Formats: sequence, C-alpha cells, structure tokens
Amino acid sequence: MSKLGRIHSLESFGTVDGPGIRFVVFMQGCPLRCQFCHNPDTWDVTLGDEYTPDKLMEEILKYKAYIKHSSGGVTFTGGEPLLQAEFILEVSKKCKENGISVAIDTSGYIFNNTIKELMEYTDLVLLDIKNYDPIVYKNVTGVSLSPTLNFLDYLREKNVATWVRYILVPNLTDNLDSVRRLSAHLDEYPNVEKIELLPFHKMGEYKWEELGLDYKLHDTKEPSKELMQQVIEIFETNGKVVSTNT
Amino acid sequence: MRQEWQGFEPGSWVTDVNVRSFIQHNYTPYEGDDSFLTGPTERTLKLFEQVKELMKEENKKGIIDAETLRPSTITTFGPGYLDKDNEVIVGFQTDKPLKRGIMPNGGIRVVKKALDSYGYTLDKTTEQIFTDNRKTHNDGVFDAYTDAMRKARHSGIITGLPDAYGRGRIIGDYRRVALYGVDYLIEEKLHEKKLLENPSLGSPDIRQREELSEQIKALKQLKEMAASYGYDISVPAKNSFEATQWTYFAYLGAIKEQDGAAMSLGRVSTFLDIYYERDLKNGLITEQEVQELMDQFVMKLRMVRFLRTPEYNDLFSGDPTWVTESIGGMGVDGRTLVTKSSFRILNTLYNLGPAPEPNLTVLWSVSLPEPFKRFCSKVSIDTSSIQYENDDLMRDYWGDDYGIACCVSAMRIGKQMQFFGARANLAKALLYTINGGKDEKSGDQVGPMFAPITSEYLDYDEVVTKFDQTLEWLSELYINTLNVIHYMHDKYNYERLQMALHDKDVLRTEACGIAGLSVVADSLSAIKYAKVKVIRNEAGLATDYEIEGDYPAYGNNDDRVDQIAIEIVERFMNKLRKVKTYRDAIPTLSVLTITSNVVYGKKTGSTPDGRKAGEPFAPGANPMHGRDKNGAVASMASVAKLPYRHAEDGISYTFSIVPKALGKDKEDRVNNLVGLLDGYFESKGHHINVNVFDRETLIDAMEHPEKYPQLTIRVSGYAVNFVKLNREQQLDVINRTFHKR
Repeated sequence: MSKLGRIHSLESFGTVDGPGIRFVVFMQGCPLRCQFCHNPDTWDVTLGDEYTPDKLMEEILKYKAYIKHSSGGVTFTGGEPLLQAEFILEVSKKCKENGISVAIDTSGYIFNNTIKELMEYTDLVLLDIKNYDPIVYKNVTGVSLSPTLNFLDYLREKNVATWVRYILVPNLTDNLDSVRRLSAHLDEYPNVEKIELLPFHKMGEYKWEELGLDYKLHDTKEPSKELMQQVIEIFETNGKVVSTNT
Repeated sequence: MRQEWQGFEPGSWVTDVNVRSFIQHNYTPYEGDDSFLTGPTERTLKLFEQVKELMKEENKKGIIDAETLRPSTITTFGPGYLDKDNEVIVGFQTDKPLKRGIMPNGGIRVVKKALDSYGYTLDKTTEQIFTDNRKTHNDGVFDAYTDAMRKARHSGIITGLPDAYGRGRIIGDYRRVALYGVDYLIEEKLHEKKLLENPSLGSPDIRQREELSEQIKALKQLKEMAASYGYDISVPAKNSFEATQWTYFAYLGAIKEQDGAAMSLGRVSTFLDIYYERDLKNGLITEQEVQELMDQFVMKLRMVRFLRTPEYNDLFSGDPTWVTESIGGMGVDGRTLVTKSSFRILNTLYNLGPAPEPNLTVLWSVSLPEPFKRFCSKVSIDTSSIQYENDDLMRDYWGDDYGIACCVSAMRIGKQMQFFGARANLAKALLYTINGGKDEKSGDQVGPMFAPITSEYLDYDEVVTKFDQTLEWLSELYINTLNVIHYMHDKYNYERLQMALHDKDVLRTEACGIAGLSVVADSLSAIKYAKVKVIRNEAGLATDYEIEGDYPAYGNNDDRVDQIAIEIVERFMNKLRKVKTYRDAIPTLSVLTITSNVVYGKKTGSTPDGRKAGEPFAPGANPMHGRDKNGAVASMASVAKLPYRHAEDGISYTFSIVPKALGKDKEDRVNNLVGLLDGYFESKGHHINVNVFDRETLIDAMEHPEKYPQLTIRVSGYAVNFVKLNREQQLDVINRTFHKR
C-alpha cells in the first residue's frame, strides 16, 4: 500500500518556484510558524486532500508537454514538503521514470533517511533560510536554525543543486550584518547556484484573518528599492547570482 | 523566363499560376535572431505622425469622412494621398485617407443607417437606384427567408448572420498580381472560360461563365486603378518596391469594392521576402529600405476602413477589419517558412507601436527556429498584438500555403473560400430544450413544440436526449438559412476581384459556428454532478436555476466536464454534416464568438450553470470567467482537448496573464511563454490570443483613454484598441480570468 499524501492544492502554471513552467504541489502541514508566511492555511497537518502517488502522477503527466518545452518540472512546496518525504519520494521516482525534473522548496528543518534517499531523485532544492542569526531565526520561525544549516551541508556533500531563498522583511530580516555573514557562509557552498531574494509582501494576510490568527506584520511595509539593492549587493559580493521577482 | 523573374529558380510556377511553387523554389529560410532589424526611417516617422493625428481626430468624431453619393467600385475614386513626399506605398480606398466608402450591394438600408448615425445623408438618387432599380443582397435574402428563419434570427438563437452586409472571409491570392502581372491572369481566366463551352450548358456552368466574366472585368479595372497612381501592373513586379506595391494594389482593389466582415490579406510576408532577398543580394536595396517598405505597407493596412453601423460595432467591437496576415509556419518538406520578413512584419509593432491591425497571426510549430519563437514571445509580452495558431495541426489539413481568414479560419490561398456563417447560440438552444422550443425571454414559440421538461430538478439523461432533438432542428434551420444567404450573396454581391485571384474551381466550406460552449458544458456538468432546481414563472416558463452542490467546471483540465464539451462539439458538427448545402459546400464549425459573447449573453436568459440572465458568455472556447481555478495551464489544457477535426473552422482561446505570473524577469518570461505555446500546440490546441498586462493598466486606460491611444488587446481571434471598446465590453475584458499567482 502506497503512502498517501496530504495536499493543500495544485497549481498548473508555476513560474517562480524553479526554472521553466512548474507543476506546483502545495503539500499540507508545516512545523514552522513563520511570521511572514503567506500560506498559513497549509500549516495544519490534518487538513488537505489525500492523494495516492499514482493519482498525483496522473495529474502531473497531463502537463508533461508544457513542462518539457519550458525545461520546467514539478516543485513540491507547502507547507513543509519534507514532512511527507515518503510520499514525495515515491512520486519523484515516477517523475524520473517520465523524464520530469523535481524541485523541493523546503526550510530544511527536517532530516531523516527517507529524505536522504529523496535527495537522490531531487534535481533542485529551494532552501529557505529565513535568517542567519539563530535568535532572529527562532523569533521569525518558532524553531531553531541549525537543522537548516546541517541540511545545507548534506546538500553540498551530495552535490545537490541548491537555490537559497531569503525573504527580506523590513524590521525583521533586514539585519544586514547577519546577511553579510550568510553571504560569506554560502560562498563555501559550490552547489548553491543562485540566491533568490524575495521581497516581503502581504498577499497572504487575508488568510491569517480567515484562520483567526494574529498577523504581526500588519503594519510592516514592503522593502524599499534601496534596501533591496543593498541586500542584492551584499549577496553579490561573493560572486553568487542573485535574482529577485520585482 | 520573363525578364522580371531574372535570378529566380524556375519551377511549375513559370508555366502555371502557382505561387506556392514560386515560394518553395525561391525563399530563404531564416534561422537567425532579430539583431538584423532596423528602426523606422525618417519618412516613415513623418508619415506616421500624420496618420496618428488623423486617427486621433477619427477617435473623436467617430469617422473622418464618408462618401454619400458614389458606391465604391475598384475605379470609382481617383488616386488619393496623405503626403506624397513621404509615402512610399500608395493607395487609399477612397479619395482621402480614412474616408469611408459605401458599398450598397450588400444592402442599402445598412448604408443609409450607418451614414445617418454619423450625421451624413445618403444621396437621394443613390438610395432610389438601390431601392427601385438595383436589388441588393439584403433584399434577396429577405425575399427568400422562411418564417422559421426570421424567428430564429429575431430571437438570437442564430445571430451575426451576414444577411445585410458583405460576408467577407474570402482571401484573394493577392500575390498573383505581383508575380504574374494582371495581363497574364486575365489570359488565364479567358482560357478557363473557354473550357466552359459545353454542348449542354447547365446552370452551374452558366453561373460560372458569368462569374468568370465578372472576374475579368475586375482585373481590368484593377489595372486601371493602379494606372491612376502611375503604375503599370499589367506586367509582373520587377523589384522589392513593385512586389510590395503590386500586392497592396491587389488587396486595395478588393477592399475598395467589398466591405466583408473580414477582409484578410493571406500569407504575403514570406512571398515578398523573395524579392527583398534578391534585391539585397544584388545590392539594389538596403535593410533599412526593406524595413521602410514593410512599415509603409503595414501603415496602409492599418488605415483600412469600412462604414459600419453602431450596432455592428457593438457586435464586433472596436471597428475591426481583420486584415489577417499569416506569418511563419513550416513547409511540408520540413524547412521553416520563417524568413527575415517574418521578423520584419512583427518589427512594425515596434517601429509603429502596437496596433490591432493588421491582425498578425503567427503559424506556430514546435519545430519553428528557436530565435523566431523567442522573438514572437518577446513581441507578445511587449505589445499583446499577436495571435498564434497551430501550424503542426493545420498543415496536415491544408498544406503549407494556407492563410487565416478573419480570426481562425484556415484556407488554402487561392484554392479555397468559405461561406461565412456566424454562429448559433447553443446556450439558448439548451434553454429551448428545457422550455419546449419557447424563448426564455419572450415566451415565443421559436423552435418546434417539443414537450418541455416539467420536473423540479433537471435530469441529465432527459436533458441530453431532448437537447439532441433541439440541435437536430437547429442544425437544419441553420444550414438552410446560410444556403439562402450565400445564394443571394453570390447573386447580388459577388466578390469578383477576390475570386479572380482564385483558381477556377475552389473548395467551398460552409463555416458554421457556435457560441456559449462553456455555458452549455458547465450547465450539463451541473445537471450531472450537482442538483439543478428549475425556477419557473407563472406561465410555466423556466427562467432561472438554483444549483445545490458543486460541479466540475470546464477549464480545470477535468475530464468529467471536458468530455461533455468535446461531445457537444462533435454532436453538433455531425448534425451539420447531414444537411444539404448550397454549392455543395463542406460544412465546418468554429468555436468563436468574436466579442459578441457580450451581446449573446445579453440576449440569453439564466442558464443551469449558475450564469444569470444577461451576463456575458465566455469568449470563443474559453472557460467561464473565474471558473478556471487550477491555473493557466489547466485552463489551456481543457481548451486544447476540443477536437479540431470537428471544428475545422477554428477554436478560439483568449489568454490573459499578468507579466509577473509569466516569470521573474524578462528572460524567464520570454522562455516561459515559448514553453506555454509549445506545450499548448503540442497538446493540439488550435488557436491562442496572448495578452500580457496588468488589470490595473486596463482600469487606468478606461478612466484615461487619452493616455493609451495604442493600447492593443487581443480579444476573440483579433485585436482591438482597448479605448475603442464600449464600457460594457471594457468591463467584460477586465472581468475575464487574468492568470496570476
């Protein structure tokens, strides 16, 4: 009996979670409680629709032509997809059989043997490093930073292509000294191909309200162009490619 | 070989009229990128400034000027110019740029009404001649219409019929004039007529002999018209300029005399490229001069105007002319038909800015050269002025020298024509099914008196069985109506010049159409997968519906409902196939509404999918606004399932996306759009309009039209100036699904 996956939703046309056109699978459930999360509706591990690997694969294959022609693939995000590594592993194996590339968008908080095996079938990891200062990290996410950095080490060891994502939130993650240290740290990881700098936005705020949750960033603004530019320059000093979605 | 053909490789085109052969033997496929392109010349810019001024004035006044006395023929008007010093390509439809001519052969009432609405008065004698002495197409049609036809037309179950104006959608092979010169074409026609001297001359031959005589007269007039501009087109074009000018003259002759709904150009850019390449190679012309020819040619095409009534503009918003030019594609031998001139014609959207006309249509193949794909994608993102159609699909049906007439109708150039048939409102047909043939708005018995459905909740099997009977009735009535229209059009408003640029025996299609496909598919899905309760008025007429539960909606790549949509198309097409057509035309079907999805919606009561009375349909084959919830590709994938073999007249899909949703930066966006198009067409999608802009831009344009004179938006199979749409249509566009995430 295959492991069932709990899925929040599917998106047939993702263009911001990895290269090309992505079939994006939003997995249900997350151990983190990031203040700026724009998908708090994916937190609860008991919700979502249940899929067998075959059923999800059937959906994915409907889009093979689009994926193939754009050099795209499937991206598992969430939620924290690695909570359901067993399910994703099974689907990823099937993706490989069909020549479809797999990306995983994760906080890197969870690690186990299934995830090790999954990395063999993963073409790209989008690793969200929410901050490099352990105290700030804890404040932002509710959990500790070290598992994420350990996971990054493992990705280097296995030479898994990685894009690091950093969400820039004014007055929360704009501690530039720690950004400088992160940039220097990443310099030691040749598997990190790119740094994606994502400006904070409030498009998910309404979901917090719907869920009756207290949104702490109500008065926070999107980062200014100047701040974005400053952070881009910091990440670029160590020669990494930096992209933003502005 | 003739001296004008020096340097060309001979082939069967030398002895027969065969433009395709000429192209295949002589064109230069281009697999490079856009870096060779040049900007506009000073002359072009100077001229275009004046054109823009004129258009601004036209926008303010409605029209610049109109003829009130002389009906247009090819030679009615002497030469007209805008600025002789800067005009490279010459010729206007009337004696003044943007002045609209009158073509009463289609119907005098429409001419009079259109003139009235803009404050002009039709000359009394002209009116009298076309009322008392010279019968029009419109009169002929209404002489022959049956009561059932009148009722169906009145209720709007069949609408947009070309029974009061020119039918259009016929493409003359305008290239023939450039390649062969008119004298040779006349000789050929004389020869063809000779072949119709049979011992027993039946009416088809008699008709054809008369038609050929008309064609010959038209060709002679065409020469005369060109001569008035100082050019002798009796002989072939001998250089780049002449090839462009001759081709334009041929097209100009057609639009001087015919104001058909769609007056499409065909597939001329790769043809012209052969002349450009020859002259470039011989050092007779520069790249800058070639682009100037293209810019100036396109500028003329942007100035094509017909006199329309305001009602017509409501149906087909924004004063469209459908000067459709088909670009690119692949040859049957595997070489690409993309040439440098495919780039040059798209480059006019930069040199002259975005515009709805000419209706630039890229024939997309997965095998197109990558740099061309990327250029198209970039132009789409920058201008939203291109539509794409599936060359890999159509090549198998129509070869590699077809063109698109109007929006999505493919036809072999010079070998095929269509009897344009507007469309049947299938959503209304579904309501007639429920109401036993009575119109849900008026209560009139329009269809046959079937037993109405009387249950409180709709039963899927009952509805489908009865819907089938309604479609049976509708298909017979529809084809018969078209037969009347086209019999009369041939008789009273024959397209003599366009047909002179065809072979003697052409393939004719009777191009039917449907509106409301997504409404019907969703309605049947609601009946099948949810519960639909009928609300009836005092007279027992079903006027509204309540849905209990959810149903899968078309546009989410869900086979449960997508199969219903496929089934409707096939079912209706098979019924059309059974009915006898005029001139043995082959019935075809389109899923296309132009912009009349708004008007059709207005005329149609509430439907079982939850759409309320009067609300617009989705355009063409689009899913209903906001019901496609699984993202852009899911929506596309549903549309791509519709079977082209049962809708050979085309399946139109309009796709709108905000730039950010296409990708993070320009590079990603260009790549992702190429991927989308490749994926869609490989999945057998037929047509797609691509719009890339923010909803906010449109809202701003609605409030401040003066800031956006050239804002172009693709609607169903063509493009319009957004600011020329009426408020209702603008809102409809804004309310459509914009894919974003």
